Parts: sequence; C-alpha cells; structure tokens
Amino acid sequence: MRVILALAVLILGSTGGEIAITYGMKATGEPTRLRPLELLQFLGRAVRNGWFWAGVPLMALSFYSLLILLSWEPISLVIPASALSYVVGTLGAKYILGEQISSARWAGVLLVCAGVALVAAG
Amino acid sequence: MASEKRLRIKTLAMVLAMVVCANAGDLMLKRGMSQIGAVQLTAPGIAQAFRLTVTSGTIWVAIFFLSGFMLSYMTVLSWADYSYVMPAGAFGYALLTLLAVVFLHESVSRRRWVGVVLICVGVLLVGQTKPRTTVVASEAVA
Repeated sequence: MRVILALAVLILGSTGGEIAITYGMKATGEPTRLRPLELLQFLGRAVRNGWFWAGVPLMALSFYSLLILLSWEPISLVIPASALSYVVGTLGAKYILGEQISSARWAGVLLVCAGVALVAAG
Repeated sequence: MASEKRLRIKTLAMVLAMVVCANAGDLMLKRGMSQIGAVQLTAPGIAQAFRLTVTSGTIWVAIFFLSGFMLSYMTVLSWADYSYVMPAGAFGYALLTLLAVVFLHESVSRRRWVGVVLICVGVLLVGQTKPRTTVVASEAVA
C-alpha cells in the first residue's frame, strides 16, 4: 500500500511538475541563440515565471518519493512502474497543454511505455 | 523546409544532451543512495538521511548532471512539445542497454531486448511527428 501511494506521488508529481514547467517555458519563449550568455538570460526569464515555481515543488516531491522508493524496492521494480508516467504525461499534454497528439505519437508513446517497463524489469 | 529541418535538428541535439546528463545523474544517484542505505520513515531517520545525502560527494556529482539535464530540458521545452520530448527521452534506456553490451559485454535477457526494440520503434514513431503543435510565444512576438 505505501509503495502504491509513493508511486502515485512519484508519477503525478513528476508529470504535474513537468506540465507546469512546460507551460512556463512556452511563456518564456526560446533563447535567441544557444550560447552561455543567451542561456543565462533565458534562465533568468524562466525563473521569473510563476509556472516554473509551481512545477519545482511538485518535481521535488516526486524526487523525494523516488529516493524513498529506491530505498525500499529494487530499481528493476521502481522504474518499470514509473513508466506509466509516459501515458499520464501524454494525457496531460493533450488536455492541459492543448498539444495535438496524432495517432503516430500515441502509438509511439505506448510502445515506449511498454519498452521502458520491459528494459527496466531486466 | 529549412526552418522545419533546423527545428528538428536542434530538438534532437537537446534531447541527446538531456539523455546523457539524465543517465549519468541517475547512475550517480543510485550509487550514492546505495552507500547511504535504506531510509527509515521516522523523523530522526529522515533527518539522518538528509544529513547523509547533502554531505555525500557522489550525490553532488549526481546533482551536477541532473542540473545539466534540467537546463537542456527547460531549453528544449521552450520550443518543442512536452509530448514529443518526453517519449523521445526514453531513447536513453535503449542506449544504456547497447552500451552495456558493447563496452561491458553484459549478457542481456530476451525480455530486455524486446523492450529495447519497442523503445526504438516508439521513439522513431514519435520522432517523425511535428516537434511543435502549439504556438510559441517568441514566434508570436517575432
């Protein structure tokens, strides 16, 4: 039970956090050039966005959940189970971020999800 | 179209940077946490685990790589779809398996090979979709 609860926190925390950060990054806009100075200015703009700071605690929560899970269970169980986040994340991208998920992209996501589960299971 | 091709190339380059940093970071994190041992879920147990993690050099190396991952991740998400970047990043699992076979001569189970093939086909499928399906702020400004 505690493993399922920690896993739910891991998946919802990471996808929720990533979606909030994606929202913030889209609002920030892309860096003009991929050089150190431009990247620093880009980071400066990103951290002034509220959505970025909504995402960080969610990801931190997910990260601590991962640390705790890894101390309880082998990595070969934790990572396959967390592969579900590919599906949860794609649903979030569609319904929250308004991205267009073509059938090719859905098929790819489902294959990746199954593949990651198999690889990590060993 | 030149800009479409450029978008695809810079997206793939950033995804590659993400994959390398994330794998190196996770590896060091796992190593660091194994040195620390199982975390007891009591107030003193968590405090002890916190003290041990912030003083572990291995954990700090992991944090360095994971910061590199975070920067490349944020950068690529400023122009590309989350639903494009997230599955494409799974290519790292396939890459780790190939590296383990080529350089460490590890034997890999049939189940794991099936997983690698599924990931590669999945990433190829996602990779040939448009990296961006929403309007981006900088484009609207420019």
